[in-house]
Amino acid sequence: MTYIVKPKNHHPDLERNELGLTRRDYEGSISSLCAGCGHDSISAAILEACFQLNISAHRVAKLSGIGCSSKAPAYFLNQAHGFNSVHGRMPSIATGANLANHELMYLGISGDGDTASIGIGQFVHAARRQLNVVYIVENNGTYGLTKGQFSATNDLESKSKYGEDNLFPPIDLAAMAIQLGASFVARSFSGDKNQLIPLLKASMKHKGFSFLDVISPCVAFNNHSTSTKSYDYIREHNESVSETDFVPLGKEITASYDEGESVQVPLHDGSLISLEKLSKDFDPSNKSSSLAKINKAEEEGKVLTGLLYINTEAKDLKEILNVVDKPLNQLNEKDLCPGTKKLKEINKDLS
Amino acid sequence: MDTRYLFKRHNTWWVKVAVPRTLRNQLGYDLRQSLKTHNLEEAQDLRWSVIDSLKEKIELTNQAPLEDHKIEETSTAVETFMPITDANNPQYYHKIVDCQYACPSHTPVPEYIRQISQGNYTEAYMINWESNVFPGILGRTCDRPCEPACRRTRSHEKPVAICRLKRVTYDYKEDITHLLPEVPEEKTGKKLALIGAGPASLTVARDLLVRGHECVILEKDHKAGGLMRTNIPAFRLPVEVLDDEVDQIINMGIEMKFNSEIASMKSLLEEDFDAIFVGTGAPRGKDLNVEGRQDAAKNIHIGIDWLTSIAFEHTDSVGKKVIVLGGGNTAMDCCRSSLRLGAEDVKVVVRSPFDQMKASEWEIEEAMEENIPIFENHVPKKFLLNEGKLVGMEFEKVDAVFDDNGKRSLVPTGEDPVIFECDDVLVAIGQDNAFDWIERDIGIEFGEWDMPVIDKVTFQSTHPKIFFGGDAAWGPENIIWAAAHGHQAAISIDKFFNDLDLYERPEPTANLVTQKMGVHEWSYDNDISQAKRFPVPHADQSISLKNLKVEVELGFDEKMAFEEAQRCLNCDVQTVFTEDLCIECDACEDICPVDCINFIDNSNEEDLRNNLRVPALNLDQDLLVSDKLIQTQRVMVKDEDICLHCGLCAERCPTGAWDMQTYLYEEAKIY
Ligand SMILES: Cc1cc2nc3c(=O)[nH]c(=O)nc-3n(C[C@H](O)[C@H](O)[C@H](O)COP(=O)(O)OP(=O)(O)OC[C@H]3O[C@@H](n4cnc5c(N)ncnc54)[C@H](O)[C@@H]3O)c2cc1C
Ligand SMILES: Cc1ncc(C[n+]2csc(CCOP(=O)(O)OP(=O)(O)O)c2C)c(N)n1
Ligand code: SF4
Ligand code: SF4
Ligand code: SF4
Ligand SMILES: [Mg+2]
Repeated sequence: MTYIVKPKNHHPDLERNELGLTRRDYEGSISSLCAGCGHDSISAAILEACFQLNISAHRVAKLSGIGCSSKAPAYFLNQAHGFNSVHGRMPSIATGANLANHELMYLGISGDGDTASIGIGQFVHAARRQLNVVYIVENNGTYGLTKGQFSATNDLESKSKYGEDNLFPPIDLAAMAIQLGASFVARSFSGDKNQLIPLLKASMKHKGFSFLDVISPCVAFNNHSTSTKSYDYIREHNESVSETDFVPLGKEITASYDEGESVQVPLHDGSLISLEKLSKDFDPSNKSSSLAKINKAEEEGKVLTGLLYINTEAKDLKEILNVVDKPLNQLNEKDLCPGTKKLKEINKDLS
Repeated sequence: MDTRYLFKRHNTWWVKVAVPRTLRNQLGYDLRQSLKTHNLEEAQDLRWSVIDSLKEKIELTNQAPLEDHKIEETSTAVETFMPITDANNPQYYHKIVDCQYACPSHTPVPEYIRQISQGNYTEAYMINWESNVFPGILGRTCDRPCEPACRRTRSHEKPVAICRLKRVTYDYKEDITHLLPEVPEEKTGKKLALIGAGPASLTVARDLLVRGHECVILEKDHKAGGLMRTNIPAFRLPVEVLDDEVDQIINMGIEMKFNSEIASMKSLLEEDFDAIFVGTGAPRGKDLNVEGRQDAAKNIHIGIDWLTSIAFEHTDSVGKKVIVLGGGNTAMDCCRSSLRLGAEDVKVVVRSPFDQMKASEWEIEEAMEENIPIFENHVPKKFLLNEGKLVGMEFEKVDAVFDDNGKRSLVPTGEDPVIFECDDVLVAIGQDNAFDWIERDIGIEFGEWDMPVIDKVTFQSTHPKIFFGGDAAWGPENIIWAAAHGHQAAISIDKFFNDLDLYERPEPTANLVTQKMGVHEWSYDNDISQAKRFPVPHADQSISLKNLKVEVELGFDEKMAFEEAQRCLNCDVQTVFTEDLCIECDACEDICPVDCINFIDNSNEEDLRNNLRVPALNLDQDLLVSDKLIQTQRVMVKDEDICLHCGLCAERCPTGAWDMQTYLYEEAKIY
């Protein structure tokens, strides 16, 4: 909790984006999370990504459930729309909003409790249906808001702050998302913005279900020496599948790497995600390759991060349902009611 | 002209070239490729040339075989790192307190400003009195080098009204006699003669009295204060304020000998003084010897002499039409005094362009507020007479032209000469020292421009017993420099009396005290005021322009003083970083409102400055560089330039790796 008002003053030489905005224009209210909470770093990364992508905040909707992580949308993009739903129900709200107006960008912010426990049923179907949303789980292995119970993503060997054993094995949400058909799946770490920001930017440009499992240490309840979601544990065990770079539309790639070491995946709008220093045995466009890589890392006690899976061909929910291009909330009576003449024709066909 | 990629700091245009961060290292992008210039158009061109050279470099790197390039990169990369900052060096944090650092006598500005906020005017006054000796006088007249240095100016705001807050401490203080340092009854037996009763001598005497030395001031006039009395007009500095602060020092026990002009240093040396301090100022006004000077002598006055004769009430009128020659502060005082003596048409005429006038910005503003016109680029050619009486002056119009070395010359435009009518002319074109009373064979070496050779550290002349300070040392300066010199000369004289090495200067005292009182409690007010600088209220011109003794500035009332004090950023509350405690959660980097904190790979200073969240282009301001951090081997780099001292970094730090600590730096004084 911070009691000091964040001054409006910004650095006079602060960079401006194409909209003439600085990154400070993408801020939210001052965070009420604990000092040092990983969730705040993720908020900072999200606002940086939106700034760099020249996104207008009022074209964004932030949706969340319950938890410290689910409070986070209040702390970035003040000008965006938002809905703080009940625990685990963010995907339902996202689905409804998305169908009503597919023109906004949807940021679903959830926690490991919110997604892997109470909301797991909702999560599963949002992924399976290819809902066009950036779904971020701020994963700290614990229920932070309710003061530190184990969550379903906490590793078996990771003890509580007070020394209790964890009795159940963890759910790997990223692996699960791949299996469920999510078309963009990444894992990252709140303490590594060099990796997180390009991944966020790519996920925002990706069409379909973009899932990011972002490990985000809870300094209050899960950052102790026997935790496997602490800052130092993650830094020590982090294995990145590739160096990720986001290349906006119209910009050239300047770094060059040996073939097989580097892949450029074109995204929906023509921008690229460039994966450098890829290992030869890993193909992020192949589900089995991804899952094998994740399993292997797990066996080796490593935390695999980076872009784990991407399929840019997959249809999203709107295409699957063959919804009209005009957002449903903008359809008027004329669009919706074809008129007597048309009715007669239809009836005629039926007779 | 598109100035989006150019920005101005301290009259210098900087050029910004957006280079992707990932490319900067690779390109060896050097920000300091003389990206600074004073000329806007040049800046624009510079920007294009930098862009072109970068484009070339990009092409080259794209062509270069990969292997070679990589090797080159790593070999240069490992070579240089920025060393860990030595924050234990007392000058490191001192430099961050911009105003105090810029103040010649290093007054702890933010400390007294906080006292004002709390209504402790007397404490605030004493903090000033100890450092700068004349808070009431300086609060009205100081040249205020602290203000252009104020941190607020670096975010394109006006500086805190430091000087006028100093005046507040005088205006609202209570009696301070019981707070003055005690002068020992028992004397050391050492006796100092001080020539001149200006601020320099008064400071030396004040400091040395407290050490038990006897001080005798020999002054040619019948009153003390030097130019503060004779030249600074009463409408800027009321005599009561001057008397009050000057007498306070005299009453500490200085033996005053008025009407004692020293005509021979040699004979003074023969008297029983153990040392002599020369604080005689620069008492000779420069003259203008052009055609007609002699014939019109009756109506041509040397500015500083004329002001003196007003101060001593020998002059109480002036002609209806007055020309003031010169663009310095003396000229401003002359023109404004003329108005008050009844002149109806007063003109200031300057040789140089307006923006190169020597006078302080605020002095010029005040003259202009009194509707006094200033004519630039006019070189005086002759005094015009009619029937033996001065009737006007002729000027030649010029343009200022600069050569490649920045040297200025005034080139005639070829236009017809300009003639201004006048009854009196005041010549305010500079001051010189006058040391004709110092014999050249007594051991004081004279150097360039016939000035005595004075040691910059000890203020000692080549004659061991004789010390100099104030305007007498290196030419005209101002009161605060006179006080600063005085303190240093006093240290030397005290050492001289005690047979100690003059070069072993006492260390400043500096200490850091944490401001943390609880988890989220800080003992300083860190809310950043968004208020604009409060202008000082002025007396009604219908009254002030008629009377030489009516003070123009009225000073802040207590409420305004409080609000203005709130604008101070508390630059002395330092951000102190302890790397051992840092868990690299990046919370401080994320929260800092002005993006000055960075967790980054170390490299040489140029690259490091370049790679920060906002490149650190102000090379006058240091970077705080930590040791390598355990988890990622990165370093924490803080650009001190724009830091608001808001304390959010410390507030958001979960482990206390950041702390806000007040840094009280006190320049060494013998009192
Ligand atoms: C018009 C004018 C306006 C100014 N306004 C400001 C201002 O607003 N703010 C500011 O900070 N500074 C101002 N200054 C400058 C400032 O007044 C001086 O820099 C400062 O007073 C210098 O102090 P000092 O002690 O070295 O010498 P001075 O103040 O010049 O004092 C020297 C003293 O020595 C005496 N003396 C000289 N020769 C002898 C001798 N042979 N024997 C005995 N006594 C002698 C003189 O009578 C005088 O009293 C102004 C100067 C002028 C001319
Ligand atoms: C229906 C319902 N059940 C239980 C809760 C209590 N509750 C609040 S937050 C939370 C867990 C949040 O954990 P997570 O999503 O991981 O968020 P974190 O605080 O760790 O970021 C629980 C169980 C609730 N608010 N609503
Ligand atoms: S309890 Fe944990 S998750 Fe919640 S704000 Fe504090 S550190 Fe963050
Ligand atoms: S903000 Fe205050 S402490 Fe900082 S430089 Fe200005 S007056 Fe001095
Ligand atoms: S005090 Fe800390 S948070 Fe505030 S401006 Fe300075 S470095 Fe940034
Ligand atoms: Mg959690």
